[in-house]
Amino acid sequence: MLGKIKWGIHPDTHKSPTEGKAIESNELPNRVILPVQQHIGAPSVPIVKKGDLVKKGQLLAEAKAPVSSNVHATISGKVVDVSDQPHPVLGKCQAIAIESDGADEWAEGVLIERDWQKLNPAEILEIIKEAGIVGLGGATFPTHIKLAPPSGSKVDTLIINAAECEPYLTADHRIMLEYTERVITGIQIIQKVLGVSNVIVGIEDNKMDAVKVMAHAAAGTGIKVAAVPTRYPQGAEKTLIKTLLKREVPSGKLPLSIGVVVQNVGTAVAICDAVRNGIPLIERVVTVSGGAIQEPKNLKLRIGTTFAEAIAQCGGLKSPAKKLIMGGPLMGAAQYTTDVPVIKGASGILAFAREEVNDGPESPCIRCGSCLDACPMGLNPSMLSILGERSFVEEAVNEYHLFDCMECGCCTYVCPAKRKIIHYIRYSKKMSAQKGGK
Amino acid sequence: MSDDIQKEVAPEEAVQKEAVKKAAAKKEAVPKEDAANEVETLDYMIVSSSPHLFDDNSIKKIMWTVNLTLAPAVIFSIYYFGLQALITLLAGSLSAVAFEAASQKIMKKKITIDDGSAFLCGLLLAMCLPPAVPIFVPIVGSFIAIVVAKHSMGGLGYNIFNPAHIGRAALMVSWPVLMTSWTTITTAADVTTSATPLNILKLQGYEAVVNTFGSQTELYKALFLGLRNGSIGETCVVLLTLGGLFLIYKRIIDWVVPVTMIGTVGVLTWMFGGTNGILSGDPLFHMMAGGLIIGAFFMATDMVTTPITRKGKVIFAAGAGIITVLIRLLGGYPEGVCYSILLMNCVTPLIDRYIQPTLYGRGEIG
Repeated sequence: MLGKIKWGIHPDTHKSPTEGKAIESNELPNRVILPVQQHIGAPSVPIVKKGDLVKKGQLLAEAKAPVSSNVHATISGKVVDVSDQPHPVLGKCQAIAIESDGADEWAEGVLIERDWQKLNPAEILEIIKEAGIVGLGGATFPTHIKLAPPSGSKVDTLIINAAECEPYLTADHRIMLEYTERVITGIQIIQKVLGVSNVIVGIEDNKMDAVKVMAHAAAGTGIKVAAVPTRYPQGAEKTLIKTLLKREVPSGKLPLSIGVVVQNVGTAVAICDAVRNGIPLIERVVTVSGGAIQEPKNLKLRIGTTFAEAIAQCGGLKSPAKKLIMGGPLMGAAQYTTDVPVIKGASGILAFAREEVNDGPESPCIRCGSCLDACPMGLNPSMLSILGERSFVEEAVNEYHLFDCMECGCCTYVCPAKRKIIHYIRYSKKMSAQKGGK
Repeated sequence: MSDDIQKEVAPEEAVQKEAVKKAAAKKEAVPKEDAANEVETLDYMIVSSSPHLFDDNSIKKIMWTVNLTLAPAVIFSIYYFGLQALITLLAGSLSAVAFEAASQKIMKKKITIDDGSAFLCGLLLAMCLPPAVPIFVPIVGSFIAIVVAKHSMGGLGYNIFNPAHIGRAALMVSWPVLMTSWTTITTAADVTTSATPLNILKLQGYEAVVNTFGSQTELYKALFLGLRNGSIGETCVVLLTLGGLFLIYKRIIDWVVPVTMIGTVGVLTWMFGGTNGILSGDPLFHMMAGGLIIGAFFMATDMVTTPITRKGKVIFAAGAGIITVLIRLLGGYPEGVCYSILLMNCVTPLIDRYIQPTLYGRGEIG
């Protein structure tokens, strides 16, 4: 009773401009920019050079390190550049630029129809690795590693994350409505790899149409579909696990440690395409929205399409974008140019008009405690921000559990003093890493 | 993460705040008066750390909401105590605003009097004063509250003690006679009194309090409706409680604080407040008398000077309740709400150090 009543926040969802719009197939981009790092882990290594002719689905950069991911050509054409290019998360990153030949031809040996039921888990994992699939919810952890738990760990539950708790984003929502069969097949493939029978699809209850469609499609497969309360950050791995299973992931551990694997619903579709049809990860569904966009849409875009081109497909900007974001408004990364490409983890492109950028000047903490109430991890963001402001990093790490923070942004959203708490936390984490002491 | 991001988020410690306010600074670089120029320079985009979406709550909103919830009690007190009360209230709140502006100007800080916190502080201070004090009393009180207790500590958010109560405590020791001279009020039983119920209790005992008001029912009625002597803003229990309930509804204050504090006072006075041994006290009287209601709803819930966690808030409120009862029953003063809250303000940092929220993933579950 005296503990925490509840965590999280209820921001206006802003989903109405796009939730009713079908996914539109992309116009072929003239040029794509494919960074060698679109995932967590080591960058992949380019195996093509300037001037090479490549076809759609051809491997461009290979995952050499254990934790890394392949990058494929997403259009056919000519490699015009292998150099540092703007990157939506990293600022700059080595990237392979391809200019389209307009033919959009598939590379040889890519499209292979397979009967996935006859494949064994090791073969499936190899296909997933080859296809360069990473977590498409935004975390972009290489999927073939997440689906290969080290021997000794036991997985009892697979959670399919379709909460899509970030405001504005509707890509996963549309995927469930339109790609239902591929979602289900993808889930079944993951089930086979992991050898789990208990599967729960968690969908926020502001998408009851998707819940119905999924429940109908899942009938008879043993896959459970659960409507979870709409509350940001419901779609964070740790909170979704807590909501669905009443289990908590121990601090500093992976969900695997409590027998759970979480996969994004979009990743399931990518897995289905790769395993069943031999299609590597070359496109994804992206919600293009925000007050500055002429006509917000859900687009199926080739990876590497620039934001400028994606925005142009939505009728361009109706007012100057004051803020351009890759991902959702609460965890997404602000961009400094529209020349950045859509990467594998880009769930949304948001262009905010001036009036949507409503952060005020920062003032000192008045200790109202709103951030403590909002924090899903039970941290003390107020104290973390104050310690960050003064660079008291060790205290933040040791006494206030700095590294438990997943940077969901609830604290900063609710702060009446408009303190940039997450920024202080990121700064402290960075400082701590530099000092080498975690 | 690449070096570019590193540069952005990890500058030298001294310039760290600059980086934080990068976006804000950019915004300020635009000449505000030149609207046409502003439109032209809109082609840049703000790059800042996530989140990019913010609630429209603000300090200003919180403070003015609290001010507003005090309005009914204030209006009642002006009606009941007359022009003197109005003058004291105006002198307190307006001088507090003036002192805040002056302090911030002298310290070359941004003037933030529009956030309502100084007004609230002055208003609460004046509400804790007898109605007929000379006009210099609330002004000196506001000076001590705003300049000494608030801005010498660093301003809003940094003060350790509730500024309004520091102001009142300073006035109590400086002008004890003025601070305990109550207006002559005719009570329901047509008896003229110039003391507060708690004063009568201290000097003459509980029987005398009941006799002054005629009967116990009349006493409760007078306390509940505020038809009794006392400080300007503390008398009307019903209006203060309604204001407090509104703040709870608005989630500005946590209900556990007033419930714990008033409850503690009720239980302890019931147990030890009577003259016929244990459990013979009058808890209702103690809960409604003095400044407990305004203290529990508006002072013990002050965000800056009370613990930040819910558990901490309960400890704070219980402690304040216990000290209030100790002062009322055993101490030299008739009323102890002000000192109890100030004393508990002292231990707030300690409470906050040891009482932390329950962490995810470090408990027994999972």
